[in-house]
Amino acid sequence: MKAPRFAYARPANIAEALALLAEHKDEARVLAGGQSLVPMLNFRVAAPKVLVDINRIAGLSGIKVAKNHVRIGALTRHVEIERSADVARHLPLVAAAMPHIAHPAIRNRGTFGGSCALGDPAAELPACALALGATFVVAGKKGERRIAAQDFFKGLYATALKAGELLVAAEFPLPKPGYASAFGELARRHGDYAMVGLAAHGSTQGKKFSDMRVAFFGVGDRPARAAQFERALEGQPATQKAVDAVLPKLDADLEPRSDLHASAATKLHLAKVLAGRALKQMEGVS
Amino acid sequence: MKAATETVEISLTVNGERVKRSVPARLNLADFLRNELELTGTHVGCEHGVCGACTVRVDGEIVRGCLMFAAQADGCKVDTIEGLSDSREIEELQSAFVLTNALQCGFCTPGILIAAQALLRDQPNPSRERIREYLSGNYCRCTGYQAIVDAIEAVAKARQARSGR
Repeated sequence: MKAPRFAYARPANIAEALALLAEHKDEARVLAGGQSLVPMLNFRVAAPKVLVDINRIAGLSGIKVAKNHVRIGALTRHVEIERSADVARHLPLVAAAMPHIAHPAIRNRGTFGGSCALGDPAAELPACALALGATFVVAGKKGERRIAAQDFFKGLYATALKAGELLVAAEFPLPKPGYASAFGELARRHGDYAMVGLAAHGSTQGKKFSDMRVAFFGVGDRPARAAQFERALEGQPATQKAVDAVLPKLDADLEPRSDLHASAATKLHLAKVLAGRALKQMEGVS
Repeated sequence: MKAATETVEISLTVNGERVKRSVPARLNLADFLRNELELTGTHVGCEHGVCGACTVRVDGEIVRGCLMFAAQADGCKVDTIEGLSDSREIEELQSAFVLTNALQCGFCTPGILIAAQALLRDQPNPSRERIREYLSGNYCRCTGYQAIVDAIEAVAKARQARSGR
């Protein structure tokens, strides 16, 4: 089980990477951390003619706190996000998600951008981007464009990235005062892909839920917010009783598919369990 | 800008020694170490990043040798189980593994030793739960893990006692 033959290029900057992607068009794929792409190559699920290795591009990685947002470079390794004091302080949702992503040896190499650009429906970071209303920054031949997380994830391993484009960063707005978040994931074994997971963010001021964004992953072909559940939560008191009353709304929002790990009915049940736990965790639900 | 090629010239440091080779782009780091350098302590199990048998250190951090191409290790410092054994860096762990019977067939052991050493570097006094969580990416099909956790815990405690904490 080895990767098929390919030609390898290692651009030194974004311009070179874009030139290589333009030259080889859909025969090329970007190699970031490789923690998902290399297994796909070894399984021969993917067989690109050219791999454009972006690992040596300076300036593609790093975490920067600006006035209104936290910017995470596409090549930032999971381990850097996991250990970042800035992320822990400003994006506790992302910090809570990191230990769930695979294993330490994978997190040392896997990248933020790779995780988002792959569009794996069971991945943690896309759901966090959705819940926090992040914006993806994409470089292309005609310059940069920005895509809201809501419009970025298009389906199973499909994103809004076009051929020849390179994801360079995501900007997460700084959470407003009075906002809280919670992350939950259920997997058979620590580090496995999620059977069900969720990233939740919203206001709990005055002991009431408001402006809730609850993004599920592992239950559909892409990470998706539970619209009817969110609407039903608006203005509800942060109590166990109120939360329990709203949980059935998830029946309408989620359509999980049975797989090796669990039936659709089990997954839907687990989604409700996780949602109940997350809301309880978010603020003083008694 | 260099064009894309199917063969790549690489120069790296493996266990302290400079190595220069010309490699196929598709050759992964684990196969490079095993077949080109005959460092066969790095084992190849699942070849898709799940089992952890190919764990090596690149620039000081543990990675999956099967999920990185040798071409990507150009300019890097790679440490394998042979290097860590020779430098005696993992001597205590190795002794503890023998003492507690933490291996049977030994196929997973190099990867587990390298991972355990990384854990104890970052977290000198991990709980048993933390040890299990950290090693969740390293499969052992013989031992049931109990003795592996015992060995790592024993080394952590011995090191703690020595440092007077």
